[in-house]
Amino acid sequence: MLHDRDRIFTNLYGERPWTLDAARRRGDWDGTGDLVLKGRDWLVKEMKESGLRGRGGAGFPTGLKWSFMPKQSAGPVYLVVNADESEPGTCKDREIIRNEPHKLIEGCLLAGAAMWCTAGYIYIRGEFVQEARILQAAIDEAYAAGLIGRNACGSGYDFELYLHRGAGAYICGEETGLLESLEGKKGQPRLKPPFPAAVGLYGRPTTVNNVETIAVAPTIFRRGAAWFAGLGRPGNTGTKIFCISGHVNQPCTVEEEMGIPLKTLLEKHAGGVRGGWDNLLAVIPGGSSVPLLPKEICDTVKMDFDSLREVQSGLGTAGVIVMDRSTDIVKAIARLSKFYMHESCGQCTPCREGTGWLWRMMERMARGEAETAEIDQLLDVTKEIEGHTICALGDAAAWPVQGLIRHFRPELERRIRDHKLARRAAA
Amino acid sequence: MPKLTIDGQLVEVPPGSTVLQACEAAGREIPVFCFHPRLNIAGNCRMCLVEVEKSPKPQASCALPAADGMVVRTDSPAVHKARRGVLELLLINHPLDCPICDQGGECDLQDLTLFYGPDKSRFQENKRPVADKYLGPLISTHMTRCIHCTRCIRFLNEVAGVEELGAVHRGEHMEITTWIEAALTSELSGNIVDLCPVGALNSKPYEYRARTWELKKTESVDVLDAVGSSIRIDSRGNEVMRILPRLHEEVNEEWLSDKSRFAADGLKKRRLDVPILRRGGRLEPVDWRTALAAVAERIRATPPERIAILLGDQVDCETMVLARELAARIGTPHLDCRQDGAALGSEPRAQYLFNTTIAGIEQADLCLLVGTDPRHEAALVNARIRKRWRRGGFQVARIGVPADLTYPVEELGLGPQTLADLAQGRHSFAERLAAAGRPMLILGAGAVARPDGAAVLAQAHALAERAGLVREGWNGFNLLHTAAARVGGLELGLLPGPGGRDVAGVLAGIEAGAIELVLSIGVEEIEPKRLEKAFVVHLGTHGDRTAPIASAILPGAAWTEKNATWVNTEGRPQRGRLAVFPPGEAKEDWRILRALSEAAGLGVPLDTLEAVRARMVELAPQLGEVDRIRPAGWGSFGRPGPVEAAPFRSPVADFYRTCAITRASAVMAECSALAAARVQPATGTHG
Repeated sequence: MLHDRDRIFTNLYGERPWTLDAARRRGDWDGTGDLVLKGRDWLVKEMKESGLRGRGGAGFPTGLKWSFMPKQSAGPVYLVVNADESEPGTCKDREIIRNEPHKLIEGCLLAGAAMWCTAGYIYIRGEFVQEARILQAAIDEAYAAGLIGRNACGSGYDFELYLHRGAGAYICGEETGLLESLEGKKGQPRLKPPFPAAVGLYGRPTTVNNVETIAVAPTIFRRGAAWFAGLGRPGNTGTKIFCISGHVNQPCTVEEEMGIPLKTLLEKHAGGVRGGWDNLLAVIPGGSSVPLLPKEICDTVKMDFDSLREVQSGLGTAGVIVMDRSTDIVKAIARLSKFYMHESCGQCTPCREGTGWLWRMMERMARGEAETAEIDQLLDVTKEIEGHTICALGDAAAWPVQGLIRHFRPELERRIRDHKLARRAAA
Repeated sequence: MPKLTIDGQLVEVPPGSTVLQACEAAGREIPVFCFHPRLNIAGNCRMCLVEVEKSPKPQASCALPAADGMVVRTDSPAVHKARRGVLELLLINHPLDCPICDQGGECDLQDLTLFYGPDKSRFQENKRPVADKYLGPLISTHMTRCIHCTRCIRFLNEVAGVEELGAVHRGEHMEITTWIEAALTSELSGNIVDLCPVGALNSKPYEYRARTWELKKTESVDVLDAVGSSIRIDSRGNEVMRILPRLHEEVNEEWLSDKSRFAADGLKKRRLDVPILRRGGRLEPVDWRTALAAVAERIRATPPERIAILLGDQVDCETMVLARELAARIGTPHLDCRQDGAALGSEPRAQYLFNTTIAGIEQADLCLLVGTDPRHEAALVNARIRKRWRRGGFQVARIGVPADLTYPVEELGLGPQTLADLAQGRHSFAERLAAAGRPMLILGAGAVARPDGAAVLAQAHALAERAGLVREGWNGFNLLHTAAARVGGLELGLLPGPGGRDVAGVLAGIEAGAIELVLSIGVEEIEPKRLEKAFVVHLGTHGDRTAPIASAILPGAAWTEKNATWVNTEGRPQRGRLAVFPPGEAKEDWRILRALSEAAGLGVPLDTLEAVRARMVELAPQLGEVDRIRPAGWGSFGRPGPVEAAPFRSPVADFYRTCAITRASAVMAECSALAAARVQPATGTHG
């Protein structure tokens, strides 16, 4: 359980204003200039020691990512913040931007200083209209107060920060798809290598980080890596914002310590599963892209990257989607398949062709209009997509279906059987 | 040099290679759809996946840089599974209409499915319908077959330089389209038919007319412009079904211009297939013996100084050898191969050759275009210039009427006066030319075919001298021809003899009654009215412009119907081959002239193709070296004089209709009409 004193986002619920004055009272922008002056080596080292792993879903160590940026570069180097939060079940970046925009802006400056970036771009999801307004107003405040821009915070470091609004495509949340979109092109992920740290925005070295990753950075630098690393467990340190939705009594977004048991998380913060814990059917623990977990795993699993990986799922964005026994689980996953079909960019073969096929098969599975052998075929098609695509959207489309088959194969078989019996009875 | 292990075999590849190239170096075939060596890497088909050690996922080998110590597997179960999977996914929405698909038999998807794909479909849902797109009269579309490799998009954006195709929508609704429905405006658009790995883009004129395995394939060269692109003529029976490009790195790479590719239907229309004599004002078909006897009689009856021999734009070298011999035996000095009136001589050779060579454009760093529109005069030369420009560090400037060449051009001026300024150092661009490492000047054939052509040529020569275009190991002076026959004619010296008349002189002579008989060998670009007064013996292929005013017509063979030699604008002798026989009574041109000489009692002693070629090599030794360019020596040329103010205009006003064959082609007529409509769009008050 996270103590209030260890909480990073103290205004997550917007109880106080988001403005610069209010943010400063909460401790933001305190001694930022001094932190910048500690130099990029110190900042990267501190970030590495904190053990922070990227909060966008993949969980890549942030300090390591920062260290990939070239030490010397003739020409501009960019920081890009991914605020294209579109993962179903996830609403953490939105809350940060609404209520704690200055944490993000301060984080941009410090991350920029750690990589000696010339400019930062925040790519915000098109649907976040009000959030974009708030964030732009906060950026304007920071400029007016001399916190960013020329000689940011009096540190002598020049850092420009721009807000760019997307047009509302899930794929633009993929880091290279985002860069393409930011450059004004069709949002289609790029081939990697080269990675953005070598060839990124406008062909320059670029680091793309999630909003939450950047927003926690200032607190880490102020309170020290040791403090952050002391939370959670090694390899899965610090705090994390969890977004709990679905069949719980009080859906909420809450900052908690990494590694909190799922059951504790749901019962402590979300008022428990609707109808009691025993009414739980399954939980998708990390946004729609990760495989679901049936109740018996949910009983004991801890919410961090490695624990969830051990049970063949993932922490993802920590968008916890709770489904009780009233859920038509096959239909629910079929709906996710439709989402991925709709959001596939269409660039590469397995995802373009496979996501539509998956959805159509899932729809039939939901109605039971299939042969039992097709369950294996469905699984095989997910394997044809998984790992064969340019970006991770193919994987994200495959995993929920794989999770369903892994844990709910008897349910699929039952539907097929029932459908056959019903048809026979009608004939 | 990175060393990699491919399936246990150690290979070393040049730095900057991809894993795909390394696999090929190791003799491993990697199946691909989207990858094309001349286009940017897209990496979207996922067919080329290979296993790379230490990488958790299979990697797209086309996009992966080869690194030292990489261990790659191309035949592991995981790779085979990945290929099977990609093919299954490509096929689920692909209509299995191979039996009626034009690509059948030469389809990458068919071939790779046979080798790597699944043997039956597990897909039970409905296939995706996609509306076909209109891309103009040359390309038909069947978009349900499209596998979204984006080669067509990349070709048009990168090589052709017209951003007219793109992908709209996303996911499985992604479609390749022009967005605003319109014909493609590129003169290289036909190449996307070749690039399309499936039957989504087909040749509209050829569609549904033959299956690939029925076709006889003849390797030849193109003569519809002076580039001399390597082509393959596909024929069935005695009909040319289609023309495709053939790889020639130094000339056309693997592209072909739309005119060369799609004009083949003109070979079947308006053909002259029997000898014809004008009797009592009417053109009457006769047999060869009668026709030759009548012409021979007329030649014998006419004083030699009243006979002229003119040659057209597609005449082969063998025929020109005969024409030269015939002129000598008749005893007429009035012989000219320059029907456009170009002020070009035969010595030094540098004045009429594209000395830099087409491949040499890639070494240049500054290019000055004088009175030429390479995009329409020689589309593949323009593609090469664009290729050089895309690499960077290359600028193009122009003296002439502005036209879109698909790359930025600095406009220096409109007419010869600007050229004179440059030549005399009154223009700052001359210094830039001199300062450039490898500067080149491209002089258009139209610029020297003006009344002041000789003076323009002299100015160009002066500029070349001043800017040092000709240096050790570099000749930056180029003449860009539009006629396939011109260089051959100049090499063989088919020019007026002592006291002889050139084309303008012959026409004036006809007017004045000094020339009575004109032997027109494929001449089609001279205003017929100006020939009318003479007894015109026309050796040609089409009832085009000259035939209606001719007194005798001797039907010849088009370029697909003879074994013959042409020399391209670079001075590269190339051999065309007979793919089909000439229609009806028509014969190979050199044989007609040989028979005519016999009938006239002049007896040119060249009875076989070998003998003609031996004589050809005697006259111009460089023509014996097929596909080799003999570098030309530099010297002085042109005739200084006053230049006119009129701006340079390209001789190619209509790209699609430049010769008898293209004028006879219905396909070219349609393209031409569309192009004309683009220049002058219909307004609300039209019609």
